[in-house]
Amino acid sequence: MKAYSRELTVAAALGFLLLGLAIFAPSFYQPTPLLSLSAREAPALMVTCGMALVIIARQIDISVGSQFAVCSVCAGLLIAAHWPLALVLPAAVAIGVLLGSVNGVLVAGLGLPSIVVTLATMVTWREALRWQRQGQFVNLPSGAQWFGLSQTHGQIAIALVALAMLAALALAAKHLAAARFIYAVGTNFEAARLAGLRPQLVTFGVFAFLGGLTGAAAVLNALQSPQVDPKSGTGLELKTIAAVVVGGVAISGGRGRLWGAALGLVLLACINPALTHLHVEPYWEKAIQGAIILLAVMDRADGKNPSKNPDRRV
Amino acid sequence: MPAPLLRLTKIEKSFGAVQALKSVSFELLPGEVHALVGENGAGKSTLVKVITGAQHPDAGTIEMGSRPIERLTTSRARQLGVACVYQHPALFPDLTVAENIGLRLGSASVFQRVHWAQQAERARRLLERVGTTISPEAPVRELSMPHQQLVEIACAVGADARVVIMDEPTASLTQREQHLLFAVVRDLRQAGAGIVYVSHRLEEVFALADRVTVLRDGESVRTCPAGELTESSLIRLMVGRELSLAQPDDQTTPGEVVLSLEHVGCSFSGVEDISLELHAGEILGLAGLVGAGRTELARTLFGISPADSGQIRLAGKNVTIPSPQVAVENGIAYVPEDRTRHGVVSDLPIEQNISMAVHRRLFPKGWLRTKAEHKLAEEYLRALDIKAPGVDAPAATLSGGNQQKVSVARWLATKPKVLILDEPTQGVDVGAKSELHKIIRELARQGLAVLLISSDLPELLALSHRIGVMRAGRLVALIHGKSDPHVIMAAAFGQTAPSV
Repeated sequence: MKAYSRELTVAAALGFLLLGLAIFAPSFYQPTPLLSLSAREAPALMVTCGMALVIIARQIDISVGSQFAVCSVCAGLLIAAHWPLALVLPAAVAIGVLLGSVNGVLVAGLGLPSIVVTLATMVTWREALRWQRQGQFVNLPSGAQWFGLSQTHGQIAIALVALAMLAALALAAKHLAAARFIYAVGTNFEAARLAGLRPQLVTFGVFAFLGGLTGAAAVLNALQSPQVDPKSGTGLELKTIAAVVVGGVAISGGRGRLWGAALGLVLLACINPALTHLHVEPYWEKAIQGAIILLAVMDRADGKNPSKNPDRRV
Repeated sequence: MPAPLLRLTKIEKSFGAVQALKSVSFELLPGEVHALVGENGAGKSTLVKVITGAQHPDAGTIEMGSRPIERLTTSRARQLGVACVYQHPALFPDLTVAENIGLRLGSASVFQRVHWAQQAERARRLLERVGTTISPEAPVRELSMPHQQLVEIACAVGADARVVIMDEPTASLTQREQHLLFAVVRDLRQAGAGIVYVSHRLEEVFALADRVTVLRDGESVRTCPAGELTESSLIRLMVGRELSLAQPDDQTTPGEVVLSLEHVGCSFSGVEDISLELHAGEILGLAGLVGAGRTELARTLFGISPADSGQIRLAGKNVTIPSPQVAVENGIAYVPEDRTRHGVVSDLPIEQNISMAVHRRLFPKGWLRTKAEHKLAEEYLRALDIKAPGVDAPAATLSGGNQQKVSVARWLATKPKVLILDEPTQGVDVGAKSELHKIIRELARQGLAVLLISSDLPELLALSHRIGVMRAGRLVALIHGKSDPHVIMAAAFGQTAPSV
């Protein structure tokens, strides 16, 4: 069980929180707010999966928030132009892959540090969108919201789509050789290169894949309201990176699991409603999330593998 | 006789199971150049580290200026006037020469004002004393290696060091710079400093040294005035040990030529004009000093730093090897020297380490077939007798010798025709070493062509059918595997090159 110790720690913390809520604030378990919380966090869950892969490959992408905004607005415009959803989704994914590929080419092809590259693209996409839209919202046609279903059914559908994606990716991570490459490259780039793997291609791949997932997540987000906010996705990069770290993925690459990262996201997302139901000032939310992140990193820094240089990325 | 500047008595130092220094005593007098010579791994660097305080001996005493030193740290050693000029200068590349010298020599208080003009002036004076015209304002990054070395020497001079250690100081110097360096060394000696001179170049030892201490296998075998030795008696002292290992078996007759090199060179890594033929079933040993270009040749053959001149042929066909992938496709495998950095991925399970280079064959459709992987790993665990709790245990849990076997297994799984082994038994214990030897012999018997790089001369002699000797990026000798070790060392040290 030692192999899963990090994921189990997160699971235990989450279980503890849920148990405490069941005793002290059973009102937390009302279905309607829980369902809308699930639907709200569903896009973040998809992005978290992609982010976990990027971090396992020993890279980082802080431009996902901006990618998300660009994809959301594009998806909104396509929906407004009465494209069928079956075409909007692939289009948004393609745009996401394109944006992710820009990061991938710069990081893997030119060997630039990913934190700087994605900082640059983060600012660029965000400002380009602001210049293009002038802060204007995209109005969606009335039938588009919730796939045209009722709100409850729509929310269930969105949560299920995200969960299905998580299950598929977690299975793929276990059974595809490609996932193996990501772990190998993240643990030891040079050894992977000497073994004839293509670490550059793998690095490019994780960025492009994260972009694609972000595009799909943006569609799930756009379907949840009558309008698309061009500022959507603000802070998404911090949220997903935090979830990944809390979920037991080593920031120095090579170790961690997708479902751990998913648990991390659930734990962080539950803090805010939990505070409300426990009648604690909601101002504490960020402080508590910060404390959880620190605890997660400290747990990791128990002297295991100090020789690994976590600064290589910067 | 003047009191010695430095006296080490019965120094012992072990790293794990390897005893690097066995009861070594060493003395440095004022005004003498004391050469420290020995083969790779004889314990020279460890002894130097003990003197600079970088390593603490397990036993033995250190005296400086007749006072015993309890626990010598690097800063204490510096205060006592020990300075070390390393083969690879340890300077700050982004600072200027003057700033580097100032940092090394100054630092009274954190809040003390830096007198830039004084600093530059002192740097200029010191550089002049070591006979160069490097500008004190030049960033160190822009200096050539020899110039950086001269800056290091200037620091030592400026620190008024009493004990100056020079570790292969001329390795990268040109003839003219060497003469300048010799003049500085004689200057220091004149001023009453003691110089510990570590060098592989015997002619320098005889040109400079007053006394010579020879280390062999961590023991000091002789200390005497340089005048009492000749080059060949010195080589004999360095090598002269009984060969306890088995002789190469002559049962196998080498097969056809698998790999042939014609004037192969790589300007990037400094390998030049290598011509040799490697036969199926043959173990070709590569001897040479550290930095002679053996690993560089291996990396060129494996496509890490591709050849840019000459012709490589595999089974008679001309090939170019631009990347490790192409090398693998062509049946070349390379077990790298640095096991932890380039070889085994310690976080990953043993089975994943073994399957790493054969993913495409093992998982042709991209699905992981863990059963097949398991079977493959089990096979090699048995074949190479790897002692592991299980194939799913992380490689980090294994001993060095078993990790090395995993690294070898990864490459055998590619079913290579040419296997390049780079220091395969470095840092493994005696038992694992003889097992690895058995494996290497067995592989050759099965028809694999093996290129064996090793700094362990008895190992090379025991395993190799032929031995190539490299020096300064060139193949300087190609001799029969049953040769006299002195002949090999003589070639590696740059004496007359014999050939088959």
